[in-house]
Amino acid sequence: MNLDTTHEGEIILIRVMDDRIDAASAIQFKERMREIVAVPSLRVVLDMSNVGFLDSSGLGAVVAVMKALGPLRRLELSGLTPTVEKVFRLTRMDSVFTIHKTLPADLRRAG
Amino acid sequence: MAERLSFTPPDQARIVIGSTMLDVRAGLADLMACPIVQGLSADCLSTTEIVLAEALNNVVEHAYARFAGEIEVELRRDSDQLRFHIKDKGLPMPDAEPPAGYPPAVGSFDDLPEGGFGWFLIRTLSCDLAYRREGDLNLLSFGVVLDNAA
Repeated sequence: MNLDTTHEGEIILIRVMDDRIDAASAIQFKERMREIVAVPSLRVVLDMSNVGFLDSSGLGAVVAVMKALGPLRRLELSGLTPTVEKVFRLTRMDSVFTIHKTLPADLRRAG
Repeated sequence: MAERLSFTPPDQARIVIGSTMLDVRAGLADLMACPIVQGLSADCLSTTEIVLAEALNNVVEHAYARFAGEIEVELRRDSDQLRFHIKDKGLPMPDAEPPAGYPPAVGSFDDLPEGGFGWFLIRTLSCDLAYRREGDLNLLSFGVVLDNAA
């Protein structure tokens, strides 16, 4: 699981470089994410624009990472591709996350 | 490893894969490149990949939880449906029935579900789902409705 991390002020921006988060990679994704967010920050933004496919294990891993952050430090998602967006919408998990269509303006030049 | 992928006639495809999550990933990639799914709408393609992934993940995770084996996937294209037939020689489903797949409870932060989405997605996105045990075989079939039947 290839994750590209940028620290931008109070934000950790994590770009998923793999094209899928599935049952074969979900555990690794979760572990890598937990290492990355061990560094304190106000916000954590996960750029998923490279991820064309996410299955229920991948979704569970993203939820687990958000829960690990605690209620005060929400996981923000950005750039959901159509299939990924469909999985979030059907499971109603789109109501749980802050979802940006594209990277927030203050992060666009990051990395 | 995926093997024996055949796409003749063009309205059918058959593939046999092993029982690891990486086998599922490779098998999905092969199936999603088959002529049988060419020309489907983007929406139909994503539904197909999601349902198939969840069904195959379940076989790996549950049917083959205690031993390894083969999974056979057959696709047929009817006038209005893509039909899937999945065969494995793993453990039977509990109560000889596929799980109901209740919608995940989106409640308080601490109770957010980290799993249990799989059967909900299958039940939501597929139609005419049937399961039966025949000897040492699990036979699961379901359809995905084609929105651009042509």
